[in-house]
Amino acid sequence: MKVFFSFIKKEFWHVLRDKRSMIILVGLPIMMILLYGFALSNEVKNSTVAILDNAQDEASHLLTDRFEHSQYFSVVQYLHNEKEIEEVFEKGKARLVVIFPQNFSDGLAHSRAGQVRLIGDASDPNTANIVINYASAIIRDYQAELIDNQALPYSIKVETRMLYNPQLLSTFNFVPGVMTLILMLLGAMMTSVSIVKEKENGTMEILLVSPMRPIFVVISKAIPYMVLCFVDVLIILVMAYTVLDMPMRGNLALLLAESLLFILTTLSLGLLISAVVNSQQVAMFISLVGLLMPSLIFSGFMFPIENMPLPMQIISNIVPTKWYYSIVKSIMVKGLDFSYVYKQTAILAGMTLFFMALAIKKFKVRLE
Amino acid sequence: MQNNNIVIETHELTRRFGDFTAVDAITFKVSAGEIFGFLGANGAGKTTAMRILCGLLSPTSGKARVAGYDVYTESELIKKQIGYMSQKFSLYENLTVKENIQFFGGIYGIERRELKEKTAELIDRLGLHNESNKLVGSLPLGWKQKISFSTAILHRPQIVFLDEPTGGVDPITRRQFWDMIYETADSGITIFVTTHYMDEAEYCNRVSIMVDGAIAALDTPAGLKNTFNTNSMDGVFLQLARGAKRSE
Repeated sequence: MKVFFSFIKKEFWHVLRDKRSMIILVGLPIMMILLYGFALSNEVKNSTVAILDNAQDEASHLLTDRFEHSQYFSVVQYLHNEKEIEEVFEKGKARLVVIFPQNFSDGLAHSRAGQVRLIGDASDPNTANIVINYASAIIRDYQAELIDNQALPYSIKVETRMLYNPQLLSTFNFVPGVMTLILMLLGAMMTSVSIVKEKENGTMEILLVSPMRPIFVVISKAIPYMVLCFVDVLIILVMAYTVLDMPMRGNLALLLAESLLFILTTLSLGLLISAVVNSQQVAMFISLVGLLMPSLIFSGFMFPIENMPLPMQIISNIVPTKWYYSIVKSIMVKGLDFSYVYKQTAILAGMTLFFMALAIKKFKVRLE
Repeated sequence: MQNNNIVIETHELTRRFGDFTAVDAITFKVSAGEIFGFLGANGAGKTTAMRILCGLLSPTSGKARVAGYDVYTESELIKKQIGYMSQKFSLYENLTVKENIQFFGGIYGIERRELKEKTAELIDRLGLHNESNKLVGSLPLGWKQKISFSTAILHRPQIVFLDEPTGGVDPITRRQFWDMIYETADSGITIFVTTHYMDEAEYCNRVSIMVDGAIAALDTPAGLKNTFNTNSMDGVFLQLARGAKRSE
C-alpha cells in the first residue's frame, strides 16, 4: 500500500511540474466555458432585418414598430423597391426581409386576409429557420390581437410553453456538452499519453521489473488523472453556476457521482489505448480522432441524434458520451433523480467494466 | 568466485517470436558475486535473454532459475531479488535526484525510514549534495548513469542486470562506472552485464559471446584469448562474429 502511495505521489509530481499539462487541465475547461458562455452561441439575437413597406398604412406601421422593438431583431434598412431586396442579401446586410403588399390594412379590414412575405437568407439554414420562426411569431401575435377584437365563432389559441428552459438559453445545452467533451478528451488522452511516455522513456521496463504488480502500476498511473478530471468537473460546475447563471436543479451529489463514473469510463479508454500503442503521437491521435470525433458527432450535443439515419442512431448507442450527456442534462436541467437515469448509468457502468477488463487483458504483463 | 553458489542457471533456454528464434537453446551458470559479461552483436539475442531472466518475457522452452526461482512460475519472486538498469538510464527527468532515488527505492519495497537513510547515504557517496534537489533532466549523462545504477542496487538485490549501461558516456566516466561495478560485486551482488565495448569485456570475470541467438563461446577473458589464439577480446569477437548470419 505504501508503495502504491509513493507511486501516486510521483505521478502527481509529474503532472504538477509539467506546465503544459497543467495549462490544458485547468485552462481548457475555463476557456471553453468562457467561449461558449460569451462568444459562441446559437441563440439568435438582434438579427438584422430590412423592411419593404409597399403599404405605408396603419397595420404595416404597427407591425414594423413591433419588429423594431423586438430584442430578436434590429431593423437596419427600409427598402423602396423589390430590386433592393437582392442587394441587401448579397451584401449580407440583413438576414431577413419583410415585405408588406399594397393596401395591407384594407385587405385585413375588408377581405379579412392580409399577406406578409418573409424572405430569409438560408445560406445558413438553421439561423434562417429560427429568424423566420421569430418573425412569424410576431405576426401571429398581432393577428391574435385582431381576432380578439372581433370575436370569431371558432378559434384555436395556441399556448406554448418551453419546459426546463423557457428562455431557450444555449447555456443549458453547452454546459453539459462541454463537460462531456472535456472529460472524454482529458481523461482518455492524458492517461494514455502519460503511460505511453513511460514506455518510450524506458521507465516502464524498470517498473515492470520491480516487484510492483503491473496492474497496480497501471491503476496508480490512472488515479491522479481521475482526481484532476474531477477537479475539472468542479471548475466547470462552479463557473457555470457563478458566471453563467446556469441552475443546478437536481441533486449535486448524484451528478458528481455520475461524473466520477464517466471519468472512470474515459480513464479505462485511455488505459486501453495505452495498452495497444507505443508512441505518444499515436496515443494522442487515437484520442482525438478515435474518441473526440465520435463524441462530438454522437453525443447529441451538436447534432440531434433523432435526425440521424437509423444506422447512425444505432452507432450512437455505443458512444459513452451520449449517455453521460443525457445524464448531465437530466440532472442539471430537468432536475430528475436517479430513477430517471439508472438506465444510462447502468450502460455506462457496463461499458466501463468492459473497457477496463479489455485494457487489463491487453496490458502486457511481460513486455513483448 | 564461489562456484558452489549458483545464482543464475539456464538449460537449453529458447525464445521464439513466430519463426524467428531470438534465443536458441542457451545453457550457462553464473555464480554469486561474479561479474558475468554477456556479449554479442546487435540482434544476437542478448536483450531478449536478459528480459527472460528478469521475468519480463516468458521463454518458449528450456529451463532457467534466477536466484533459485523458476522463471516460468516464480517471476514475481525473482523480481524481489534482482535490480535492473536499462540502456536508457531510465530515470524520471522531471523528478529531482532525491525523488528518483526515493521513488525507485519505494517501489522495491524499502521501508520509509530505511529509505531516508539510504538516500542520504547514497547522495553522500555520489557527492551530489548540491544537486540532490535538482531535476534529473538537467544533469549530465554520466551522472544519470551513476544514479540509475545506484537506484538499481539500492534494495541490495542478489543480482543486478545491466543492459548496455555505458552506451554514450565518455571513457573516464566509463572507468569510474566500472569501479562502482567492482565495488558492488565485492559486496556480494552478482553482476550480469551486456556490453558492446570489448575493453569492458576484459573487466569481467567470465564472458559469454552470443552469435545468432546461441552462445558461441563462454570462458574467462584470458581463456577465450588463449582458445582463439589472439591477444585481445576484439580478436575473439571478430572471429566469432564473422560467422554470424544475422545482421542488423
